Amino acid sequence: MLDVRNLEVVYEDVILVLKGMSMHVPDGEIVALLGPNGAGKTTVLRALTGLLDVHRGEITRGEISFDGEVISGRQAHEIVAGGISQVMEGRRVFAELTVEENLRAGAYTGGGRADASDRVFDLFPVLAERRRATAGYLSGGEQQMLAIGRALMASPRLLLLDEPSLGLAPQLVEQIRELIVEINEQGTAVLLVEQNATMALSIASHGYVLETGKVVLDKSAEELLADQDMQEFYLGVHAGGAGHSFRDVKHYRRRKRWLS
Amino acid sequence: MTTFLQAVVSGLALGTIYALLALGFVIIYRATDVVSFAQPALMVFGAYWAMYFATVIGWNFWVAVVIAAVLGAVMGAVIERLFLRPLVGRPVFSAVMVTIGLDIVLRVIVDDLLGINQRTMGDPFGLQTVNIGGITIPQSDLAAMLGAILVISALLVFYRTTKYGLAMRAAAFDQEAAMAQGIPVGRMFGLAWALAGSMAAIAGTFISMGNSSLSRSTWVFALRALPVIVLGGLDSIRGAIVGGLIIGVAERLVAAYQPGAAPWLGAGFELVVPYIVMLVVLLVKPYGLYGTAEVQRV
Repeated sequence: MLDVRNLEVVYEDVILVLKGMSMHVPDGEIVALLGPNGAGKTTVLRALTGLLDVHRGEITRGEISFDGEVISGRQAHEIVAGGISQVMEGRRVFAELTVEENLRAGAYTGGGRADASDRVFDLFPVLAERRRATAGYLSGGEQQMLAIGRALMASPRLLLLDEPSLGLAPQLVEQIRELIVEINEQGTAVLLVEQNATMALSIASHGYVLETGKVVLDKSAEELLADQDMQEFYLGVHAGGAGHSFRDVKHYRRRKRWLS
Repeated sequence: MTTFLQAVVSGLALGTIYALLALGFVIIYRATDVVSFAQPALMVFGAYWAMYFATVIGWNFWVAVVIAAVLGAVMGAVIERLFLRPLVGRPVFSAVMVTIGLDIVLRVIVDDLLGINQRTMGDPFGLQTVNIGGITIPQSDLAAMLGAILVISALLVFYRTTKYGLAMRAAAFDQEAAMAQGIPVGRMFGLAWALAGSMAAIAGTFISMGNSSLSRSTWVFALRALPVIVLGGLDSIRGAIVGGLIIGVAERLVAAYQPGAAPWLGAGFELVVPYIVMLVVLLVKPYGLYGTAEVQRV
């Protein structure tokens, strides 16, 4: 459904952030995009949703297509109307508006189905309870739900999630995880950008690892979970298991083989 | 007592016009963080066309007002699209400077159209008055007050209930997040300028009717809305309305009493009053009466 081919993005005309990355999100599946800080994960999402302009970024090479149509270079509102919605990092709810107004703002393009708000209130009953509350006073978890709900108001076919687990308690992360699965089961494809690799790979069918603007691993979720580099650098699993002694700790870091 | 009530009523009429003008500034500031110094020019631009259609062409005055409001909106939107949209993302200071330049250019054009004479607006009120409970109120004041209340209410309903009003508030709060929801933020800026342009046009028409007239010096009036917005809080719609009323009434009360009570202050002292009120309020509340406290979880 979504195809990114050889995408190259430059900020401020000089800073090369994406160095020809490619990825594919099939219809109705969850795909995880993993990687450390500064790898370019958020830049990928900005390129997908036409938000590079705001940050003085530009696609210099490659193209993005959605259902066979090239969408790179389109305006943000055209892309949203075309069926891709983004939940931005850090939630970014309209704090001064009420919950209901936030949701209505999400439905601006008019592309949403008539029952979009029922769907959101079904998924997040807490939002229905607090629909008249000022969004800025919701708890962090509720704000994250509101941000996801707001994006769903446009009834997207592809939902982009940028670090939905950021700054949330483990219990809430679990809850958000289940909600993502539920949204996916209702037929929406999800591109999940996460630093919490364990959580992301537990629900994704496929995963990409991005480092310094390049895709270094591109495997199914099970293969990634079993990958030795992946385990050591992202999943925090060590060969010795839990009870290893500090005497055995190596004085050097094992080199990531994919960067050689 | 009659003097007092009369001053209050005429102050309220003046205040609603101030509120209209101040709202123009506030709408643009909220949407784009730019204080638009082009408002005086937009005001005389609109007033000129109201005068033109009502006296030169001879149409009904209210029809002329509506046409002026539409032309003011178009002018505002065109200015935004041509001169301010390219500056989005650049320092706000540059945009403010551009609005000053636009104000000068547009005013020179309107001055040329106007000529050096005082022009009457062709309104049906002239110098007629109504007498309510012993207070004499000029009909034009009454009409301006009712007209301004109508326009301001319409604006509030627009902001509260419509999709576009909501989108404007969302875009004012967080541009990037609004874009991510599919709100075309550039169009919202244009809409803000259009609204401000039409409000300026209506306000310009109202201040020039009755016993006043439209001339090359009418534009100065718009700058008297500056103390109003600073007083009310730059980003507050409620502040613009309340601030307008306070300053209108204060100005007219001083005009009524100061020549008798403190003649040594000289003539025309009421024109200084808006600034005095502004300074006093700022000493007590530095963000203005209703400058927004940020919504934040603690």
